[in-house]
Amino acid sequence: MIQTIAFYLFATIVIASAALTILARNPVHSVLWLILAFFNAAGLMVLVGAEFIAMLLVIVYVGAVAVLFLFVVMMLDVDFAALRAGFARYLPIGVLLVLVLAAEMIFAVSAWSAGAIALSATVAPIPAEVPNIVAIGTLIYTRYLFIFEGAGLVLLVAMIGAIVLTHRTRSGVRPQKVSDQVKRRPQDAVRKTDPLVGQGVEL
Amino acid sequence: MIGLQHFLAVSAVLFVMGVFGIFLNRKNVIIILMAIELILLAVNINLVAFSAYLGDLVGQVFAMFVLTVAAGESAIGLAILVIYFRGRGTIAVDDINRMKG
Repeated sequence: MIQTIAFYLFATIVIASAALTILARNPVHSVLWLILAFFNAAGLMVLVGAEFIAMLLVIVYVGAVAVLFLFVVMMLDVDFAALRAGFARYLPIGVLLVLVLAAEMIFAVSAWSAGAIALSATVAPIPAEVPNIVAIGTLIYTRYLFIFEGAGLVLLVAMIGAIVLTHRTRSGVRPQKVSDQVKRRPQDAVRKTDPLVGQGVEL
Repeated sequence: MIGLQHFLAVSAVLFVMGVFGIFLNRKNVIIILMAIELILLAVNINLVAFSAYLGDLVGQVFAMFVLTVAAGESAIGLAILVIYFRGRGTIAVDDINRMKG
């Protein structure tokens, strides 16, 4: 009973906030609705017992990606009202395409429920008596180790790519030059003098 | 327990909404990127629901890889957006014709 209530609550909020994400006038509001959608999708995943993916969704999406979106939206000084011009122009073809897509999905799901497609055997059965995160950990560090490392490589390339794209060398600033500092010898920088009392040093 | 069809319906609605968002906000790249995130979220819900109901853990592992790719994609996309804005002062998609593609 509580499961059903929770499911319908999460499902309703995730769909409503997705709708508000694409309809909101202010992009900052869009990002905030997107965060709400991610939280409720994580709730849906907890309901079916996939805690690890749910927590990953909260940490990666809400903690990193949504904040990145928020930064970019707030950093760019864009006239968002002008970007909404032509909002209604693409409405008919958009609705048409969406209806076709939805019909196809309903068709596919009903075909699947009719038992038309034989599914292949289970690859990695969910073990009983073991927490979800332990089961996933044993799977990704044994069978899917190389794919997992490939995923890490994807993230590394994305990070380096983002830095290379957005980095720029500005003129007029005086950054630290480590090589110059390392090259400097004491005999170039230090001079010993023996001044008389009251005469001082001429540098 | 709630049936698999319910989860599939939610993710189908979410997917369709993402596609609709791309069409509605044709000019605003940021909203388009958010709509792509919605589409990937729908895919993730689908993978996790099937994984739970078919008793196969591979779906959840695959959902994790989808999440990785989504994070990388949004990082690169926003970086491109920032340098584009720096050069042109606008992010309207209609004006993006510099590469004559």
